[in-house]
Formats: sequence, C-alpha cells, structure tokens
Amino acid sequence: MSSSSTSAQPREATADTVESPLLEVRDLHVEFRTRDGVAKAVNGVNYSVRAGETLAILGESGSGKSVTAQAVMGILDSPPGFVTGGQIVFKGRDLLTLGKEDRRKVRGSQMAMIFQDALSSLNPVHSVGSQLGEMYRVHKGSSRQDAKAKAIELMDRVRIPAAKARVGDYPHQFSGGMRQRIMIAMALALEPDLIIADEPTTALDVTVQAQVMDLLAELQGEYHMGLILITHDLGVVADVADKIAVMYAGRIVETAPVHELYAKPAHPYTRGLLDSIPRLDQKGQELYAIKGLPPNLLRIPPGCAFNPRCPRAQEICRTTVPPLFEVTDEAGTPRPGRASACHFWKETLDD
Amino acid sequence: MTDGATALSAPVPQGAAFTKPVPEGEPILQIRDLVKHFPLTQGVVVKKQIGAVKAVDGVSFDLRKGETLGIVGESGCGKSTLAKVLMNLEPATSGSVRYKGEEISRLSGAALKAVRRNIQMVFQDPYTSLNPRMTVGDIIGEPYEIHPEVAPKGERRKAVQDLLDVVGLNPEYINRYPHQFSGGQRQRIGIARGLALKPEVIICDEPVSALDVSVQAQVINLLEKLQNEFELSYIFIAHDLSIVRHISDRVGVMYLGKMVEIGSDLEIYDHATHPYTQALLSAVPVPDPAARQVRDRIVLTGDVPSPADPPSGCRFRTRCWKAQERCAIEEPLLAVPSWLDGLAAHESACHFAAEREIEQSAAEREIEQSAAERGAEGGTEAETERAAGQEDGSADGDDAR
Ligand SMILES: Nc1ncnc2c1ncn2[C@@H]1O[C@H](COP(=O)(O)OP(=O)(O)O)[C@@H](O)[C@H]1O
Ligand SMILES: Nc1ncnc2c1ncn2[C@@H]1O[C@H](COP(=O)(O)OP(=O)(O)O)[C@@H](O)[C@H]1O
Ligand code: SF4
Ligand code: SF4
Ligand SMILES: [Mg+2]
Ligand SMILES: [Mg+2]
Repeated sequence: MSSSSTSAQPREATADTVESPLLEVRDLHVEFRTRDGVAKAVNGVNYSVRAGETLAILGESGSGKSVTAQAVMGILDSPPGFVTGGQIVFKGRDLLTLGKEDRRKVRGSQMAMIFQDALSSLNPVHSVGSQLGEMYRVHKGSSRQDAKAKAIELMDRVRIPAAKARVGDYPHQFSGGMRQRIMIAMALALEPDLIIADEPTTALDVTVQAQVMDLLAELQGEYHMGLILITHDLGVVADVADKIAVMYAGRIVETAPVHELYAKPAHPYTRGLLDSIPRLDQKGQELYAIKGLPPNLLRIPPGCAFNPRCPRAQEICRTTVPPLFEVTDEAGTPRPGRASACHFWKETLDD
Repeated sequence: MTDGATALSAPVPQGAAFTKPVPEGEPILQIRDLVKHFPLTQGVVVKKQIGAVKAVDGVSFDLRKGETLGIVGESGCGKSTLAKVLMNLEPATSGSVRYKGEEISRLSGAALKAVRRNIQMVFQDPYTSLNPRMTVGDIIGEPYEIHPEVAPKGERRKAVQDLLDVVGLNPEYINRYPHQFSGGQRQRIGIARGLALKPEVIICDEPVSALDVSVQAQVINLLEKLQNEFELSYIFIAHDLSIVRHISDRVGVMYLGKMVEIGSDLEIYDHATHPYTQALLSAVPVPDPAARQVRDRIVLTGDVPSPADPPSGCRFRTRCWKAQERCAIEEPLLAVPSWLDGLAAHESACHFAAEREIEQSAAEREIEQSAAERGAEGGTEAETERAAGQEDGSADGDDAR
C-alpha cells in the first residue's frame, strides 16, 4: 500500500493504520442553492475504498454520484454547490479542512478523475502529447523533451498503437475508445493513489467498453490504486467491482461486496434494479419495473426517499428516515461490508 | 448527385395492394439490396464527388407482420441510416423497399403519403427530439396536420388525450411543455406521437438507450403492450443486447453497412455462427458477478475500417480471427450455410460460419454452478486472449463530432 503517512492529522491516525481505508467519505452533505430552491443533491453519503480495491457507485442519473465525486476531488461547482457537512478523509487527512493550495496539490498528484466525455475534457487545440507532457512539466518540472518522452511512454502504457507517431495528434483525430485511453493516461501520469472514473465507458460500444475496462482494471492492479467506478450499468459493476455502494436520492442506500449484493440484496431499491434486468426465462413476459420516478431533489419525500416507489413501504417509511443499518446474518453476526438504509432490510434479505 | 430510387416514381392506381391487410407472419416490409451512400465531395464552388460513405450497402431482410425485429451492431454501422431510409427521411441510393408487396420508391402523391402514415418512428433522444416550444398536445397532434383524415380538427384534442392515456400519461398534461417531463415521460410522448396516425410499423431507434434502468423496463413494457393492442410490427434498434433479446422475435446483426447474420433470438444468441456476432455477444458485460469466472471474451483486433473505404471481400476480415485468403477475395453472401444444421442453420454471411465451441447455453450452466462455489479469482481472465488495444474504430467517434 502506498504510504498513508502524509502529514497525518493526529485525530485521524487511528490504530489500524494498515487496515485503514485510502479514502473514507463520512456523512457527506452537498446542496445546490439555486433560484428554484435548495437542491439537496447529497444527503449523508458514507463510503470507503482501500488501496487496490474497486468500489462501484451504482445509481440512476440525478442520484448524486457525480456530485459526490466532485466534492471528493474538490472540483464542486461552487456556487451554487456547497458542502454543508461531513468529512472526506483521504490518507488520514480530512480534505475539507485543507486550504485551496493544499487541496490542489492533492488533486494534482494523489487523486485523479476520468470523465465520461473525453472529447470535452481534453483541450481541442493542444496535441494529446503536449497535454500529457504538461502534467510532468507543471508538477515535476520536467523539460519539454523529457515530458514528450514521458507522454509517449504513457500512450504506450495505455496501448495506443503507434504512440510515437501519434503524440502530436489532436484529440478529435482519435476514436472515442482511443480518447478514453488518453484520459486514462492523463489520470495515470502522476501515479495517483486514487482514481475516480465517472461513467468512463458509457459512451462507448460494448466491444470497446470491454477493452477500456480491462485496461483500467489491469493498471489499477499494477499500481495498486484505489478505484471508484461510477456507473449505472449493472453489467459493468458485476464485471469489475469488489464492492458496491448503491445511491438513491443523494444517499447510499446499500453497500455490500459484489457477490452478496447480486445474490442477496438487502434494500428494495437494489432488489428492484436487479429484478428489472431482462432474464432469459422471462422472455415474452412483462419486465419487472420499479414504478414511478426518482424524486425531485427540491422535494425529497419525508421518511425513506424511496417510499413512494417501494413495494414494501409501511407507515414508518413515510415518517422516519431509515438509518444505514448494519446487515447481519441470522445469528446476529455482522456481515462484513454490508449495510442497508431500509427499515425492513431483514425481510428484504430473506426474500 | 441524384438518388436513383426516388427518380423512379410513377403513379399508383387507387386501391393499391398495400391497403389490404397482411396475415400474421407474412412480410409487411421487404427490403432488398438497399443501399444508402453519402457522397464525399471536394471543392467549394464546383463540388466533385471523391467517394462515398457506404452507410448502408446492400441490406436485405423481411419484417413480418406482428413481429419485432431487433437490429444490433456497433455505432456507425448504419442502423440509424437504415431506419431513416425506411422512413423515407433519406432517399435510398438504390435497392427496393416493398410495403405489403408495393414498391415504396415508385409511389408518389397520395399513395406515398398513405404508406408514410403507416410507418412511424420513435427516436433515441427524448431530450432533443421534442420541440421545446410546443405543448405536448401540439407535438402529439402534429402528424394530424399532414393527415387530417385520421383525426378531423374537432376530434384532435380528444385523440391526443386518448393517446396520452394509452402511453400511461395523465391526459390533463396536454398543455404542458416537454421540459416539465422526465426522460421516461418524454419517451412516452415520443411514442404517443408515433402512434398518432395508427401506423402498422414502428421503427424504434435506440428508444430506451438514454433512459435509466428502472425507467427502461417501464418503456419496454409499454412498447410490448402497444404491440399486442394495435398489432404493430417493430424494428427495434438498440445496443443493449439483453433488452434486444427480451423484446425481439428475430435479430439482425449489422457490421459496416451490411447485415452479417439474422435469425430468431435463440439462433442468434445461443447459436451464432458469424464471428462478429460471437465477438459482440462475448463482450457484453453480464450482470452476474459469478459470470466473471466463465467469461470467454473474444477481444477484437484492428480498427473498424472506414465505411468510405471498406475492406474487399468480407468487411469483417480485418478484425476476424478466422479470416483466410478467400475472405479478402470473395464477399460472403447472407444465406443459410449448407454445411450447418439445426439452430445453426440460419442466415449468416461468413465463408466459415460455425458455432463457437463454448456456446452460450453451456456457459450459462457453468455460471449457475460457479455461483455456488465462488472462490479464487482469475481463471478465464488469464486465458482470455488480450489483444493490444487497437481495436476501437474510427467509426465510433462519428457521433461525437
Ligand atoms: N451545477 C449544478 N447546479 C445545480 N444543481 C446541480 C448541479 N450539479 C448537480 N446538481 C444537482 O445534483 C443532482 C445530482 O447530480 P449528479 O451527481 O450529477 O447525478 P448523477 O448521479 O447522475 O451523477 C442533480 O439532479 C442536480 O439536481
Ligand atoms: N448525413 C450523413 N452524411 C454523411 N455521412 C453520414 C450521414 N449520416 C450518417 N453518416 C455516416 O454513415 C455511417 C453510419 O451511420 P449511422 O447510420 O448513424 O450508424 P449507427 O446508427 O449504426 O450508429 C457513419 O459512418 C456515419 O458517419
Ligand atoms: S425503508 Fe420502507 S420505503 Fe424505504 S426501502 Fe425500506 S421498506 Fe421501502
Ligand atoms: S468470411 Fe472470413 S473474414 Fe468474414 S467473418 Fe467469415 S471467416 Fe471471418
Ligand atoms: Mg453523473
Ligand atoms: Mg444510430
């Protein structure tokens, strides 16, 4: 594991340093203050990721996945967005307590982000080589020549064919899949400890998606990075994640190791998502569909935010916000890594 | 440049064949050697044609009455162009489209209008395909302006409200604007508009791709319900192979402007014989973590060639692991290979068409087993042929530009 010693603030340096996560988001709240009102985009998110681990954040659009990631990266659009509570503990330090300059340093060299739309994240008027090289020039003070050599090395690393010949090409001269590789190369340049990939393959064809995900997983293993993979695709999650956090209306509603989540979900929303995947034995029948729509974040329903759509909802669900319950087995032993924000998690688990 | 097909228009007698009903299972649309080339020109004042993007290049298939034909393939392979040509939104370069036996390209005037009425389309993006300045009522009722015979002026409001009801929206929303609706609701509005003229065929171009998982299922269910209710025939274009399998009776696979394989859902998904279909199916992530161990992914090598300059012979040969000399010389035709039998005997455009050793159904059985005894990671991951990533194409970037 990469050193977790960087000027640790004492109160976060707990006894289990070895086991302590690379990143821990605790009870994070983010809101957007707009003309129409306050949109509560993130309402108490908790998750953690260790070095070498892949955490998938699964959720429908608007559930707050990207905003949470932006808050972690320190690139939240502010105003209108404000972090109104919580902690983002990265390698023992709460990033929310850092000044602008320190924050920028962490973002530049220790964590990096890959976006869905590579074309709009890359600068169209600079060659990919100069954009890759700039990382070294700015952060490491490399010479122009060294930077170019590094850029070619990186392009090779993400398997862009004929890297040497293409280092001077512009982003639009590459295909979608190749551009996504360039984004990965940019993120890798300074060998960060954490990569956040926000829907990295959503815009790509399945054949290309498979290659890009393979590459990402391989590099992550090699550099022993933590990877947060944001997606709405249950197939991609099943393919690469170690553990999953399911988001709904700005909260994590369930966390679990990947196999357990698919085999035995403990939240009705997760359950509904899994049930709405077309299955072979259901051909010709109606697909299971979660009724209704995700809530308007300006008017999140009281109690459990999922209650208007939930087949299991009871009176308590309309009045009391379910905390994130620890999920245990029959004997009451906690199942590692499992939690569910449902009053009836046990019943759901037993279904 | 003129498009041959439209130049052929000739008057059609009243009471043409296409006004008669077609029995279930008979072809309602017959597409033969359909070609759509977009000319590539050079020069500003005097435009000189220097080539053509062969977006659709000789596609033949039938759409049967009451069925859903799924069409899959990577982006840029010509699916949307095919849809637009069938819709008459783009003139065909050559080839034939018969609607109930009647050649569409020969129709004009009232007869053409009548055919157009019967083939409607639902578009992918519910955000850009609806005019933001029109009310929902005007959007859904717009087709009546061109076809007033379907709903005379006085009855339009009622007709639109009925349609809203049919697609599961509150009829009172008739005066609202698109931005007041969610993505799934907008797609319902698009579907209502597609239904307005009581068509017999609806071409759905990626109708749920822009929607969230939970909403996708609702829209798929709606499409299936409407099909039963109104005896619709669907061409369903999508890239989500599991949704296509769910909704389709038959599936056609396109590659670089060609149909490379077509058959029943079972034939395509469990008994694919074309290497491209096999690669495409193997790349789809399966929503089951236990499947990781038995994944037997085919990783394609080489770029998707440009549709302006497709490879000679078999277009897939530059990425095909089975390619032989013959593949560069002789174009494989879409036909049932004589050497195959059982479910493998369906139309496939490959000189060496054959099922894969590990067929889908066997793999699935394994998945179930391994779900129980999951443990060590790796296995097939390592065996999987990993080709250095040079395979994604020039074609997949087209949409972005
Ligand atoms: N720049 C912004 N201004 C106002 N509201 C925003 C902004 N960015 C995000 N939001 C709000 O936050 C919600 C969650 O957004 P996001 O995190 O992007 O969702 P997703 O889960 O799809 O990534 C959005 O529905 C929106 O209401
Ligand atoms: N109007 C047009 N002019 C020139 N080329 C086009 C036009 N429309 C589509 N194409 C090209 O035709 C090919 C097929 O595109 P399309 O039918 O949209 O594919 P798909 O829907 O399968 O993604 C692509 O290479 C695309 O760039
Ligand atoms: S708390 Fe109630 S409404 Fe919420 S998911 Fe659980 S059962 Fe459904
Ligand atoms: S014809 Fe040849 S190149 Fe084409 S798919 Fe078959 S084996 Fe491959
Ligand atoms: Mg997002
Ligand atoms: Mg398309």
